[in-house]
Amino acid sequence: MTSVAPVPRLIEQFERGLDAPICLTWELTYACNLACVHCLSSSGKRDPRELSTAQCKSIIDELERMQVFYVNIGGGEPTVRPDFWELVDYATEHHVGVKFSTNGVRITPEVASRLAASDYVDVQISLDGATAEVNDAVRGEGSFAMAMRALENLASAGFSDAKISVVVTRHNVDQLDDFKALADRYGATLRITRLRPSGRGADVWDELHPTAEQQVQLYNWLVAKGERVLTGDSFFHLAGLGAPGALAGLNMCGAGRVVCLIDPVGDVYACPFAIHDRFLAGNILSESRFGAGFDNVWKNSPLFRELREPQSAGACGSCGHYDSCRGGCMAAKFFTGLPLDGPDPECVEGYGGPALATDRDKPRPSADHSRGKPIMLTLSTRPRAKPCNESPI
Amino acid sequence: MRREPFGALLYHFGTRKLSFLKNRTILAVIESLADHPDARSALRAAGVDAEAELPYLHALAVLVTSNMLICKDSQ
Repeated sequence: MTSVAPVPRLIEQFERGLDAPICLTWELTYACNLACVHCLSSSGKRDPRELSTAQCKSIIDELERMQVFYVNIGGGEPTVRPDFWELVDYATEHHVGVKFSTNGVRITPEVASRLAASDYVDVQISLDGATAEVNDAVRGEGSFAMAMRALENLASAGFSDAKISVVVTRHNVDQLDDFKALADRYGATLRITRLRPSGRGADVWDELHPTAEQQVQLYNWLVAKGERVLTGDSFFHLAGLGAPGALAGLNMCGAGRVVCLIDPVGDVYACPFAIHDRFLAGNILSESRFGAGFDNVWKNSPLFRELREPQSAGACGSCGHYDSCRGGCMAAKFFTGLPLDGPDPECVEGYGGPALATDRDKPRPSADHSRGKPIMLTLSTRPRAKPCNESPI
Repeated sequence: MRREPFGALLYHFGTRKLSFLKNRTILAVIESLADHPDARSALRAAGVDAEAELPYLHALAVLVTSNMLICKDSQ
């Protein structure tokens, strides 16, 4: 006879954390040719401590050992790193799949041909408006034309299934059908994700995030037409708007449990939307009280261990939708100054509005690589090492 | 295939599809498939009897459909 112990739901397994991330985001550089107003990583200038080619390769070696299936490479604009293609090739040769996000600046016809020849690299072109007017208001003058040129080059080179990656805002939510048509025209797949108040996004979130009516509109669009649209499972805060399971994907926060972020200097954060000291798990290069290397940070950092413990529903405990939305996005709450054990600022039950109306302290950014703004040099992002860790003797 | 406490994660680099083996029994079946002449023998060896085999056969069929599981001879 079969004696199979009952298995907890997969989502519960995931909430306890995996032995290694399924995938992770790796921002290779803070350098960027653009200065998007909502940049999650406040990118612009290269950080002088940026990981070297050799350091990046040794991280890839470790990801291969841990069987991390793929990395989402971003930045900044990752393709401006002179060793970018070398690192992409190194990763795919070492069984770490690569998906990279770009504004298209380096996707020339030659690069497009090269990409078309590889089976293991996915390309995401960022676009935040289906028209130049809407896009360029957020991403900067000329950025729409640049993205279109990249898509043209990819299509002409025979690169199949590029992704068009859209952050849904108040100004482009009405263009979802247009984005879909644009994707179809280039043989591409549409990917839409949630606007987070992270990085420079904190400064523009109030004006750019979709209104409550638009959230419903977005949800309905996803349920009706979202079958071939990727979302990075980022709209789980909307899951309560309909029947459980109506929204495709894994509707949970994967921060520190199934995903994380590596930044250009090797700092590991809980998720791509949480570049702040509060969510800093450790640094890959520096020896800490729980050891060195990515594997150690992933398995042993106190922050990640805490995230894998059962989380308190707090003020949301009595809400009938808690099972669907699980309290929403941790980063969205943190950067809008809301308590982590309360409603998401875009809570579908409307509890976010009153919470946002209360007196709240928005956290100051821990780091800013924007061009043309002063950089706070006094804020250290690294915990001070113990004297006994400084010297091996 | 990557083992996890609950079973395993499967990732197909060609299709970019992620699949889950949700318990250790299905993992044992899949790991031993190559040592058996057919799927049913692998199921019996893993302790899955005829009455309990349906969900396992279904799971194997899904993995075959998605190219996650392929015939040894076609490798």
